[in-house]
Amino acid sequence: MQSKTEREKEQILRMSGVNPLKCMRCGKCSGTCPSYDEMEYHPHQFVYMVETGDIEALKNSDSIYKCLSCFACVDRCPRGVEPAKLVEALRLLVIREKGANHLTPNDIPELVDDEIPQQALVSAFRKYSK
Amino acid sequence: MKVSYFPGCTLRTKAKELDFYARKCAEILGAELCEIENWQCCGGVFVSAKDEIATKLSSVRALVAARDANQPLVTVCSACHNVIKQTNHAIQSDEDFATKVNTYLAQDKDFSGPYSGETEVCHYLELLRDKIGFDKIKEAVKNPLKGKKVAAYYGCMLLRPGKVMAFDDPENPTLMEEFIKALGAEPVIYPSRNECCGGYVVVEDAESAKKKSAKVTDSAKNHGADMIVTACPLCKYNLVKNGSELPVIYFTELLAEALGVKEDNYAE
Repeated sequence: MQSKTEREKEQILRMSGVNPLKCMRCGKCSGTCPSYDEMEYHPHQFVYMVETGDIEALKNSDSIYKCLSCFACVDRCPRGVEPAKLVEALRLLVIREKGANHLTPNDIPELVDDEIPQQALVSAFRKYSK
Repeated sequence: MKVSYFPGCTLRTKAKELDFYARKCAEILGAELCEIENWQCCGGVFVSAKDEIATKLSSVRALVAARDANQPLVTVCSACHNVIKQTNHAIQSDEDFATKVNTYLAQDKDFSGPYSGETEVCHYLELLRDKIGFDKIKEAVKNPLKGKKVAAYYGCMLLRPGKVMAFDDPENPTLMEEFIKALGAEPVIYPSRNECCGGYVVVEDAESAKKKSAKVTDSAKNHGADMIVTACPLCKYNLVKNGSELPVIYFTELLAEALGVKEDNYAE
């Protein structure tokens, strides 16, 4: 029988469509990531940690909420690995569990000002909540 | 020329001037923006996971409406454009996704039949470049913006992923600079014009967004710009909130000014 880690790895790869074995570890994804300083694990680490099955650490890290979905790592990877899609899959794996939403409507009044565009709110909910 | 038009949630609320001048200028340039009936919010950001289906249906409904009208689908907001174009690409390239989407939509009343990605998705800037032409815009300019040094801010969503968006060269875009030149102003090229402003992360980590936005506005200022233009309400919010010393306006406002239809005290 598959272990939980094997099951989750398979699910992440299926959701993201990423093949981590294409990575040649050049680090360009992390070098170009605008959120590098905010992340505990960086885009290149997502790639090899998923490959080696170190999934629990990624699921428990705030790094999954720091990705801007700017796709800089996706476009600038010389091997077409698309690390942002792994970050997305990890985040979904976490927030799809019951009660695991990272952002709830009750959090909003304290976080925003009157000028914030609707676009920011719908985007944040799409990324952080189910 | 008639095109289907998807304004999106923010153009109805915080970014009314983006929408208002888009319509007004299109009329002058001979394009009619026909707003899709009963459009639904695109969700603001594309979710790349292949098993996310329901969150993409609103985009597909807009694509189907444009197909049925036999028109290209035009968006003005960078975010709507990114979400709808990526959704269209997913339908074209992922058979499993397309099948699931069509199964859902088959339950919509009045669904006109399976959709396989046949609608052309076109940003307003692409409409200007490819269907109207910058030469024609140049001829329509009544008030050339001579001496204005304008920094075009592409951000991420117009350009990436480059292969899907096919908007321009994602690392060295020229579309908005050509647009600025057509209006008689001088484009300013600066290194951070295609870097992220911090996006939706501002909602929970304002400090992170501040760092990203400051990098963009400093870069534009240090390269001699007088102002920044954008197509994205969230980019504008982040740049302004985080203390841009340069004014940040929508590209449609700049267009309206050059075409002589900018109103001094615009209010709906």
